[in-house]
Amino acid sequence: MTRSERPVDDAARTAFHRRRRLAGSVFAVVCGAATLVGVVALAVLLADVFADGFRELDVAFLTSFASRFPERAGIKAALAGSIWIVSLTALIAFPLSVAAAIYLEEYAPRSWVTRAIQTNIANLAGVPSIVYGILGLALFVRALGLDRSVISGALTLSLLVMPVIIMAAQEALRAVPSTIREAAYGLGATRWQVVRTQVLPMAMPGILTGTILALSRAVGETAPLIMVGAVGFLAFTPQGLSDSFTVLPLQIYNWVSRPQDEFRALAAAGIIVLLTLLLTMNAVAIILRNRYSSRS
Amino acid sequence: MAPDLTYKRSRNVPEQVIGGVLFLCAAASTLVTLGVVAVLLRETIAFFGEVTVVEFVTGTRWEPMFQEKHFGVLPLLAGSVQVAACAAVIALPVGLLTAIFLSEYAGPRVQGILKPLLEILAGIPTVVYGYFALTFVTPLLRTVFPSTDVFNAASASVVVGIMIIPTVASLSEDALRAVPQALREGAYGLGATKLEVSTRVVVPAALSGIIASFILAISRAIGETMAVVIAAGNLPNLTLNPLESIQTMTAYIVQASLGDTPQGTIVYRTLFAVGMTLFLITLAMNILSQWVLARFREEYQ
Repeated sequence: MTRSERPVDDAARTAFHRRRRLAGSVFAVVCGAATLVGVVALAVLLADVFADGFRELDVAFLTSFASRFPERAGIKAALAGSIWIVSLTALIAFPLSVAAAIYLEEYAPRSWVTRAIQTNIANLAGVPSIVYGILGLALFVRALGLDRSVISGALTLSLLVMPVIIMAAQEALRAVPSTIREAAYGLGATRWQVVRTQVLPMAMPGILTGTILALSRAVGETAPLIMVGAVGFLAFTPQGLSDSFTVLPLQIYNWVSRPQDEFRALAAAGIIVLLTLLLTMNAVAIILRNRYSSRS
Repeated sequence: MAPDLTYKRSRNVPEQVIGGVLFLCAAASTLVTLGVVAVLLRETIAFFGEVTVVEFVTGTRWEPMFQEKHFGVLPLLAGSVQVAACAAVIALPVGLLTAIFLSEYAGPRVQGILKPLLEILAGIPTVVYGYFALTFVTPLLRTVFPSTDVFNAASASVVVGIMIIPTVASLSEDALRAVPQALREGAYGLGATKLEVSTRVVVPAALSGIIASFILAISRAIGETMAVVIAAGNLPNLTLNPLESIQTMTAYIVQASLGDTPQGTIVYRTLFAVGMTLFLITLAMNILSQWVLARFREEYQ
């Protein structure tokens, strides 16, 4: 507060302080209300989806293929496709990302090369997902001739989630106290022995949490998979890496973009399935994180 | 007993191999960036062999699939900027106030409830936000403004705004939390109220982190795809009216790749030219946010 604002006599001073306290209360309420905007939006969104989609949800919906007739349509192909894609993405992205994180945290010298790699990873995490789709289309689908297949989709999503997993894994590795490393070195362990037997096991819950959260982002991705040619209408589940595929969010998009209300309801039911899958993954991540934080 | 040198050697060779393999994994991430740039550059150069840079940058009509083709990117750019700007109007104040509430006002129990909820909000797939925009926000807008198009920029902006609230809130909260407690205590000691401490001490001290979070959130809004594809329409339209149907850069890329786009055609190349524009804009914003963080960081020790 500036000198000129300061009141001179007692009555004015009392009024001034009352105003300050009132402003404080108003601000607290405004902040609380702003916080509720996000919470209310989440509640309304979930209510909207459940109101539209809950009655469509039954066993037949989970075990039927897509159909021109809304009453017969289901999400079997999309659910199977999503599980294929996320499993493959995990298999490809997890080892590469953890290796990269171990290098950056435990091995890398403080040099411009390390800084460049680090900056590059941070920037990759900010690239819009659709740009990864363009890369996937040009590189995997066209240049490598993998065509519109499960493996093209999984490779594209692997590139997308790797920067996120690397940064989460780095954070987990950084949280391991350096005394652990020093003690192991003191016993004559080599760098790799320190990493493999001490640092990595301690950091693993954190790494897994970050990985699961990144993969749950991959499960919800639509745009890059449209780019690499996932199809919206499929009457079989993928049997191999080179089969064509669809995924839950793409099936949902396909239904949303039809004007009939019946398909909108199917989309809502599909969203419930997708959100259930995501919440399950998040719950696993949170349980891992809580066990981890209670131990350290 | 003499030291067993062969043992030491055999232990060191795999050590170096492992170090090398780990380095390759880290270095591979730079290959991804190079791949993105190379792929975008190759087709973009081919695109500019057929369309002049001037037409692309200054043209006001985007009609690549019509008989008489026009390749002015301005309508798409304006669409993206409009959605991002309107989303920012919602998300920046709400996100910052949420961050202040979480870091300065909420106790641990309230935080324990609110933060997971915000994480869930951040984790909801964008296609779900698109559905929400189309089936809830748009009908609501149409009861208030009956002239609203079925597909309109306002509806997309609202959901993109909601979508980026967690980005602003969590990054700003980190910045607010990094302000040392001693600064707050100093201000309280001088008789400041919580409002004064928050807005005149903590927020200014965390300003670089807050601005960086704003820039990142806007960059995310520009790159946002599915909600905009579903809710904002597919009509490249140079307009300021948020109730009209528009098309963003991301929505065009999706629309064009849903159709049949054989390699080597001009439509195939537009994907890359528009993608390059999008990539450069978001990259510039990400670099800007890192620069703000580094340049204006207040160091407290």
